[in-house]
Amino acid sequence: MPQSPQSDIESIAEQVFVALGDPSRRAVLAALAANGPSTVTELAARLPITRQAIAKHLTLLAEAGLVTAEPGERRRVRYRLHSAPMQVAQQFLAALARDWDGPLGALKRHLDSSAG
Amino acid sequence: MGFPDRIERTIDLEHPPSKVWAALTTAEGLSGWFGQQAAIDLRPGGEARMSFGEDFTARMRVERVEAQTVFGYTWHVYGLPEEDPRRTYVEFTLEPTATGTRLTVVESGFAQLPDDEHAKAFRGNTQGWASELGELVEYLDAAVAAV
Repeated sequence: MPQSPQSDIESIAEQVFVALGDPSRRAVLAALAANGPSTVTELAARLPITRQAIAKHLTLLAEAGLVTAEPGERRRVRYRLHSAPMQVAQQFLAALARDWDGPLGALKRHLDSSAG
Repeated sequence: MGFPDRIERTIDLEHPPSKVWAALTTAEGLSGWFGQQAAIDLRPGGEARMSFGEDFTARMRVERVEAQTVFGYTWHVYGLPEEDPRRTYVEFTLEPTATGTRLTVVESGFAQLPDDEHAKAFRGNTQGWASELGELVEYLDAAVAAV
C-alpha cells in the first residue's frame, strides 16, 4: 500500500529534524550550505570533526536524502546539500509559527476602537 | 499525526457582520489591523497585497467572496522560497450572533508535498546551477590556458 502524502511529508520532516538534532551533523550541513559541494577531506579540514566521524554522518545524511553523493574529479566523491527535504521541514515550522491569535486580537482591538 | 495541516481559531466580536466584513475585505479595514498598507480587488481571482514593515509584502489571491459570510484567499507559505508554488488557503467565516459576530478563521494546506512539476523544476534548477558553474570553470580554465 502506498503511504499517504501526510505520512510521507511527516517522515521527511522527521528525518530533517533528526539530522539537525546532532551538532556535528548541523556543522556538516552548515559547511555544505556555506561552501557548496565538498569532499570528506575538505570538510575535515574545515570542521573540528574527524574524517571518520564526517564520513559516518554523511552516510546517514545521504540515506535521509539530505545530501547527495556525486563523483568528482580523480574519483573523489563530493557531497552536495539537497534542500528539498529542508523545504518540507520549513513548511512544518511555518505551521507552528503561524500566529493567528496576534492578528485576531488586533482585529478585535481595531473594531473596538473604531466603534462609535 | 504530527504535521498540522489546518489551523483554526474562533473569536466572538461585539460588532455586526457588516462591520467585521469591512475590516476583512477592504483596503482601509485590512490596514487597520492586519498589514500596514493594503490593497484588494474583492472578487474571486482578484489580487490583494499587504505590507508588513518595509521588507515584507504578502501577496494574496482572492478565492471566495460571499458577502458578509465567507471570505477566502490563498497565499504563499511564509518561510518557503519565493518561487515555491505551494500556497495555504485562508477562509474567514462570519456568523451573526445575539451580541455581534462569531468569526472563524481556518488556514489549511501546510501539509502538502511539492507537486511533481515543482519537484522537476527544483531538480532542474540545482542541475542547472551545477552545469553553469561547471561551464564557468571550463571557460576560466581555457582562458588561463590561452594566456
